[in-house]
Amino acid sequence: MFTKLQRTLDWRHWFLGTFPHGIHPAENKHFTAGLPIQRLPFSKRLVLPLSQHAGKPSKPIVHPGQEVVRGEPIALADGFMSVPLHAPATGVIREIELMPTAKGPRTLSIILEVYPGDSQEVRYFKSRNVDEMSQQEIVKAVQETGLVGLGGAAFPTHVKLTPPKDHKVHTVLINGCECEPFLTTDHRVMLEQAEDLVAGTRIFMKALNAERAIIGTENNKLDAVEAIRAKLPKDGSITVQAVKTKYPQGAEKMLAKALMNLEIPSGGYPSSVGLAVFNVSSTAQVGALLPVNGGVIERVVTVTGPGIEKQGNYNVPIGTPIRFILDQLGFRGSAQHIILGGPMMGSCISSLDVPITKGCGGVLVLTERDVQSEASRTSHPCISCGACVEACPMHLNPCQLGRLAYKSQYDEMQSSFHLNDCFECGSCSYVCPSSIPLVQYFRIAKSANREKAKKS
Amino acid sequence: MGGLGLVLSAILAIASRKLQVPEDPRIDEVEDMLPKANCGACGYPGCRPFAESCVSGKSNPAKCTVNSKDMSQFIASYLGVELGEEEKQVARLACAGGNHVARMRAKYNGLGSCRAAVVAGGGGKACSWGCLGLGDCEVSCGFDAIKMDEHGLPVVDEEKCVACNDCVVACPLDLFSLQPISNQLWVACKNLDEGEKALADCEVACTGCARCAADAPEGLICIKKNLAVIDYTKNSLASPVAIQRCPTGAIVWLEKATTLKGQAAKRIIRKDPLPIQSDPNNKRL
Repeated sequence: MFTKLQRTLDWRHWFLGTFPHGIHPAENKHFTAGLPIQRLPFSKRLVLPLSQHAGKPSKPIVHPGQEVVRGEPIALADGFMSVPLHAPATGVIREIELMPTAKGPRTLSIILEVYPGDSQEVRYFKSRNVDEMSQQEIVKAVQETGLVGLGGAAFPTHVKLTPPKDHKVHTVLINGCECEPFLTTDHRVMLEQAEDLVAGTRIFMKALNAERAIIGTENNKLDAVEAIRAKLPKDGSITVQAVKTKYPQGAEKMLAKALMNLEIPSGGYPSSVGLAVFNVSSTAQVGALLPVNGGVIERVVTVTGPGIEKQGNYNVPIGTPIRFILDQLGFRGSAQHIILGGPMMGSCISSLDVPITKGCGGVLVLTERDVQSEASRTSHPCISCGACVEACPMHLNPCQLGRLAYKSQYDEMQSSFHLNDCFECGSCSYVCPSSIPLVQYFRIAKSANREKAKKS
Repeated sequence: MGGLGLVLSAILAIASRKLQVPEDPRIDEVEDMLPKANCGACGYPGCRPFAESCVSGKSNPAKCTVNSKDMSQFIASYLGVELGEEEKQVARLACAGGNHVARMRAKYNGLGSCRAAVVAGGGGKACSWGCLGLGDCEVSCGFDAIKMDEHGLPVVDEEKCVACNDCVVACPLDLFSLQPISNQLWVACKNLDEGEKALADCEVACTGCARCAADAPEGLICIKKNLAVIDYTKNSLASPVAIQRCPTGAIVWLEKATTLKGQAAKRIIRKDPLPIQSDPNNKRL
């Protein structure tokens, strides 16, 4: 644990890499950073949405009444931009029906009733030697694990492993920044699963034929740097580097800037500048799953916030409803806001039946006291102070974008002000002295533009 | 310099004569007679393109739903064309779940716009297909035809509605659609959940019980994914018989400004909003 003051006073931290702009929100990681990963019990019912990733939903291969064992595939990938889904527990499929998700609209989900008396061992696996696998075999095997970016975007990992033909990836970046306040998922994974992390990094390097890999983390997690350094191979192809703690350092474009001083072009992929960026949790899962031919059936989730009795980092089976997690860990009376993900980019849920999906790294429970009052939420007119321009890590002009959004000129936001380069980090809303909900406006604009593009 | 100016202005004067595109003067006249609302209800981007299409005979003056009958007739006689016949269309909302019948499972206190609520976790309504009641349609309506009622549902004034399509675009849940006024049989629900679950979320939801489909003439109503769907190509067969046995009153008969529910429909007496409840029926976890 390194406090802000220690980092500021120690001269060795002054010359670490970083990116221009960005903000410094209160980190609030001390609640859970020191707590080791624990296992959470199985809920009676698991809800497994078929669309937990970016891309096409998976195709179910089970029928109601069918018994499945832990780790068995229950839905297959539908094409290349899709991943399969595995049973997170031994039990019986109850039904396949519409269930609420964190995004709002109900989606088709597989309901799995867990056998209470089962020992819940992973019985569905097959050992293999990863060193003998060819590049194509690795990409195929990664798709079969059902792995997506566990940092939050839930982009299928195997798609990142197949860059366009004219792009040569020279460096693999492993993203352990975890700049979101409150979340300590990646921090604990780096501390406790360093071996898997290094193994996963080597698999990615082999699949992409990359020469080197850099594991990047913020300088508030120097204990993780030490833990990984002890497990690194001797040849020096993988290194660990700390960067300055600043939000949103965990975005891949920001990490590329801080570690390599490379800028990923607007609308381009990291591979266009020879990079591939993966999250540490995803990398550790690859390292653990590929040798046993397993699937993603659980993930580490930080359950935290003032509204939770037993805060901590928990290994949660995919599909566990939030209601069950709250029941198990206990929440204090006036729990008001439940946010999936971190406070900056996470989304508020409107139903407790929403399950933990592959992309969800945290559950943040806020009480009445932490939620802004109605009066302080009222937004005032823009005073053109430029604080949002100073904060925007993408060098956009949120102030002008906000004015256009207010007038519903969504086309112009895209054509003249690069709306789609905004990755909704929320820095602009955070600094706005007039409390204008800028990032909410941008989300509205993007959704309206998407709908328009779909119709025409 | 002065000489150069004179030469260039002479060139411009000649060019404006030689390269002039003669335009039908009637287009300006017709445009003046149109309401200039530029609403797009006629299917053209604005009033001038519509005037052009009327003059060239591609469209008829009755297509303008904003103009009064007399004015359209005047344009028709001015151009010497048929007035044409257009059935009046109105915007209709496929939801009847006001806050006194539809349950809220969470309180939404973000930006006061339906689209913002949809982006932020879908808003607080238990039914994820239903009207959020934050009034994007009311704001979008340029003819003052949509007003939110005391239960948080938009009410369309059929007299004022010109079927301009703005509310259809504004609604993020696609609840509005333009319907010819002769489509009197109407299913005011989009809930695709099974009967019991749909009822738990909203007292006026369509449960997919298929009584209306059984009572209506063959093929007029069918049940698709737990929801009654009316085939309007057979609209001439429609009659209020179909709505009589509906247990929730989700299928209605629209008569002028009134909405008729069937005999068997549960009477809704409550006026106050329902309290916010997370999920009273879910004890399965």
